[in-house]
Amino acid sequence: MGKTFAEKVLGKAAGQDVKAGQVVTVEPHFCMSHDNAAPISKIFKKIGVDKVWNPDHLVIILDHAVPAPTDKHAENHKIIREFVKEQGIKHFYDANSKGGVCHQIMCQEGFALPGLVMVGSDSHTCTYGAYGAFSTGIGRSEMAATWATGKIWFRVPESMKITAKGSFKKGVSAKDLILKIIGDIKADGADYMSVEFHGPAISQMSLAERMTLCNMGIEMGAKNAVCPPDEKVLEAIKDNAKTDKWEAIWADEDAVYAKELEYDLQDLEPGVAKPHTVDNYAPVSEVAGTPIHQAFLGSCTNARIEDLREAASILKGKEVAVRTIVIPASWKVYRQAMEEGLLDIFLDAGCIINNPGCGPCMGNHEGILAPGEVCISTANRNFKGRMGNKESFIYLASPMTVAASAIKGAIADPREVL
Amino acid sequence: MKITGRVWKYGDDVNTDVIFPGKYTYTVSERSEMGQYALEDLDPEFTKNAKPGDIIVAGKNWGCGSSREQAVTCLKVRGIGAIIAKGFARIYYRNALNEGLPIIVAPEAVDAIEHQDEITIDFDKGEIITPKGTFSFPPFPEFVRGLIEDGGLIPHVKKSLGLE
Repeated sequence: MGKTFAEKVLGKAAGQDVKAGQVVTVEPHFCMSHDNAAPISKIFKKIGVDKVWNPDHLVIILDHAVPAPTDKHAENHKIIREFVKEQGIKHFYDANSKGGVCHQIMCQEGFALPGLVMVGSDSHTCTYGAYGAFSTGIGRSEMAATWATGKIWFRVPESMKITAKGSFKKGVSAKDLILKIIGDIKADGADYMSVEFHGPAISQMSLAERMTLCNMGIEMGAKNAVCPPDEKVLEAIKDNAKTDKWEAIWADEDAVYAKELEYDLQDLEPGVAKPHTVDNYAPVSEVAGTPIHQAFLGSCTNARIEDLREAASILKGKEVAVRTIVIPASWKVYRQAMEEGLLDIFLDAGCIINNPGCGPCMGNHEGILAPGEVCISTANRNFKGRMGNKESFIYLASPMTVAASAIKGAIADPREVL
Repeated sequence: MKITGRVWKYGDDVNTDVIFPGKYTYTVSERSEMGQYALEDLDPEFTKNAKPGDIIVAGKNWGCGSSREQAVTCLKVRGIGAIIAKGFARIYYRNALNEGLPIIVAPEAVDAIEHQDEITIDFDKGEIITPKGTFSFPPFPEFVRGLIEDGGLIPHVKKSLGLE
């Protein structure tokens, strides 16, 4: 009987043959934290250990509120800088032009690697599965304990196999696929499971598209989400892998799955998640014409160069009807967008371009909503109050749908303007 | 261990953003301050009136969404005795154990319990005593019991490293 990806990777990390249901203790390769490294460092100090188990395994990336919007945030950043210095942590990305959204940096800078076990004190840590890593989110106490001991326990998860074939029609993208999947299986549809993406359509996808899929694994409850470590991944990591400990590991053909789903991309149309849950799916056609007050093109889900290109292809030569906030996923993406002339397209259309970071996604700054306002967003969560006000409404959609809606001032089908 | 408390009952898929809003994640940093915002975007009545010893009863997938541990901490410092649900999102589940907040999966009990009921949980016997009858739940595995008895992961790690 074959093994799933999770059984193989966790088995290798634990140095034993394992199957779903077993509990193992492993040493995670990279431990990612963002602005919450400050409270984690306080918990860490309470344990009473002077030094983290291995500073080279820690990665700290400031992104949730950069530059600091309040004195509280500034103090938080200051604590982190002092901790980084004290512990000799070399993988530190401050609020400067080397940084960006944590999950983008982890993938872009060669931390996300095939076959590694990685943890992050952020639920969207599952994004690194796009590069074939087993990566999952943990809380603050658990990160502090991992910093101290270098160890974490996992129950080897059951797995779900999602096979995709066919190609996207014009105006449809990976975001539309993952919103549809979550709408079908709901917010708890993959609770505790490892979600594997298989099939010819996944091979066709760019790493940016795979990151969008894996990023939203948590929105269906998954422990991790992963795509095959194929030649696209190997090409992307060949010059910048941060360690040589990785190994291309994939599920056996005859692995056993708790659930299997199949999608033909040809059947998909542009979709949205309606307020206030990510699994509240509707095709754009059902909600077209809903007035909006703000459009947000950003976040760890959809702000890579590929996403910005798609949005720019719609915004080129047009003008937005509502305030539109563009936040590239990293400064590297920002610079590339500048070189490709995309930033000019956004500015000519009337968009605001903010510095890379999480921006308004979770209500910290740079685009908080007023009561009664509606935002269409490329981010991954539309929970009540998510963007800072519990009386506002968030629709999640693809970069193309967000761009088309920004022009119209109401939710719009991108196929009408392409 | 046995606790008795008044029930606050909620539905399915209650996410961490409505339990502890994201806008407070970096402006409210002291544990003692977190309780006053608990469930602010879900149920202002709870935020105002929840008392130590009260028990939360919920549907499936309680605590889905963010990994923010404050969504557990705010309830712990508020003195919530336990959460009984049809199911928990996985990061929340771990965070709750790591904070030493007892959580129980008991779907039948959830269906039987009404908002504002007074119920008793007997952890040693694995029983929930409600006005509509008694429901059993499997005892925690030994290492989970150890975590809860030590008061959460951090005291537990201190103990295991001999740093008490």
